Amino acid sequence: MTAQPAQGEIILSIQKISKRFGGLQALCDVTFDLPKGQILGLIGPNGAGKTTLFNAVNGVYPPEEGRIIFRNTDITGWQPYSVARLGLARTHQVVRPLNELTVLENVMAGACFGHEQRSLGQARGIAGEVLAFVELAARHDAPAGSLNVAQKKRLELARALAARPYLLLLDEVLAGLNPKEIDEMIQVVRQIREQGITILIIEHVMHALMTVSDRVIVLDYGEQIAEGTPAEVANNPRVIEAYLGDPALAERMMESD
Amino acid sequence: MAFLEMTDLSSGYGELQILWGVSLALERGQLTALVGSNGAGKTTLLRTIMGLTRPWHGRITFDDRDVTRLAAHAKADRGLILVPEGRQLFTSMSVYENLEMGAFTRRAVNSLKRNLERVYDLFPRLKERSSQKAGTLSGGEQQMLAVARGLMAEPQILMFDELSLGLAPVLVMSLFQVLRRLKSEGLTMLLVEQNVQLALAVSDYAYVLSEGRIGIQGKAAAVRQMDQVRQAYLGM
Repeated sequence: MTAQPAQGEIILSIQKISKRFGGLQALCDVTFDLPKGQILGLIGPNGAGKTTLFNAVNGVYPPEEGRIIFRNTDITGWQPYSVARLGLARTHQVVRPLNELTVLENVMAGACFGHEQRSLGQARGIAGEVLAFVELAARHDAPAGSLNVAQKKRLELARALAARPYLLLLDEVLAGLNPKEIDEMIQVVRQIREQGITILIIEHVMHALMTVSDRVIVLDYGEQIAEGTPAEVANNPRVIEAYLGDPALAERMMESD
Repeated sequence: MAFLEMTDLSSGYGELQILWGVSLALERGQLTALVGSNGAGKTTLLRTIMGLTRPWHGRITFDDRDVTRLAAHAKADRGLILVPEGRQLFTSMSVYENLEMGAFTRRAVNSLKRNLERVYDLFPRLKERSSQKAGTLSGGEQQMLAVARGLMAEPQILMFDELSLGLAPVLVMSLFQVLRRLKSEGLTMLLVEQNVQLALAVSDYAYVLSEGRIGIQGKAAAVRQMDQVRQAYLGM
């Protein structure tokens, strides 16, 4: 485990945010701080609100209540492209590269939407570096649509990294990868952090998430039910109940013979 | 030999492999639970048993016959029946018509009347509402109807995908009581369930699927006591 400054500078502060979709309370009073340089894992059963939280942070679905502070700026209600300009990048669960463009061009597009204004020439240079980093350089000339699943996941990551973000939101970058590819991707995530990029990560491959995260937040039905180190969270009774079901109901079932 | 046996099965979608050499056996008259976290491959396993997803590798035998490549409708005809996730009812048809649709298999079509009495006895609520449109039922009643429709096919093996999902505890309890009754009548069942505690409380034998592989298996009462189940879900 990499040592982290205990009281580091806070890069992202989520303050009591709530989001409703019709009658569904998707997020309720979610509050946490993310210190610079940390990897923060976000877990929870299906429908817990994880991706909604990402969408709230990067401006896709602004929250109805609460505030989001990124790099000391209140970005609540900002448009996604403005949030991106401030140095926040994300990957998506379902990757949708620009299939007809080459791998390199896809990453160049990413390089043009960060916090620094880039010429096309500069974007090309950055795209080349990032592709080398994610080990996709050999395919730079291929149409993005021709990549396999693991390569598309790397391209999605490269596109986000090309924006040179301060904060990177990773939404299930391990989904669909085989065990060897998962191990490789974990190494890539660690190297990204070593470059000084702060990471907020959603992941269903639990052993991987627990290995890579410094701290974990647990959502269940939009509520934040736990926060702590991976070990604390994995042994928290409320978290176990959210994942495995209510033991009391099972007891009642067994007693009803 | 087990009633249904799956040996070293691999499958997936396109280039995405979901199941990695899964072996599983359903014993006659037993209730077997299959649990596992999101994305572990539970639904894919059911789809592969049913023939809705093609196995890439491995073998499935049912009642001593190789059914690995058999189409879903042919499996249903032999009594392999799935109650799908999200019920998949014919919502604009009546409760009775939905039950009639369940009796489409060759094996069940002639015993429709007898089976109808049986499911109305199990779920008196459905009898009361037999002429009501399925889409107007409550969530719990819809799930009852989905189970009843499965029973109308006169299953040899009845499989459930996420029976308790989205239901209030009291409804979950009454549905699970029905499972127990079916078990006492000798029906072989496979229960895929997100509520692990509940699944382990009612089943005889259990498998825990994680990342497309069977990590843990054993008598349900023993699996209940294992900390590895928590680890399989929470990663440590």
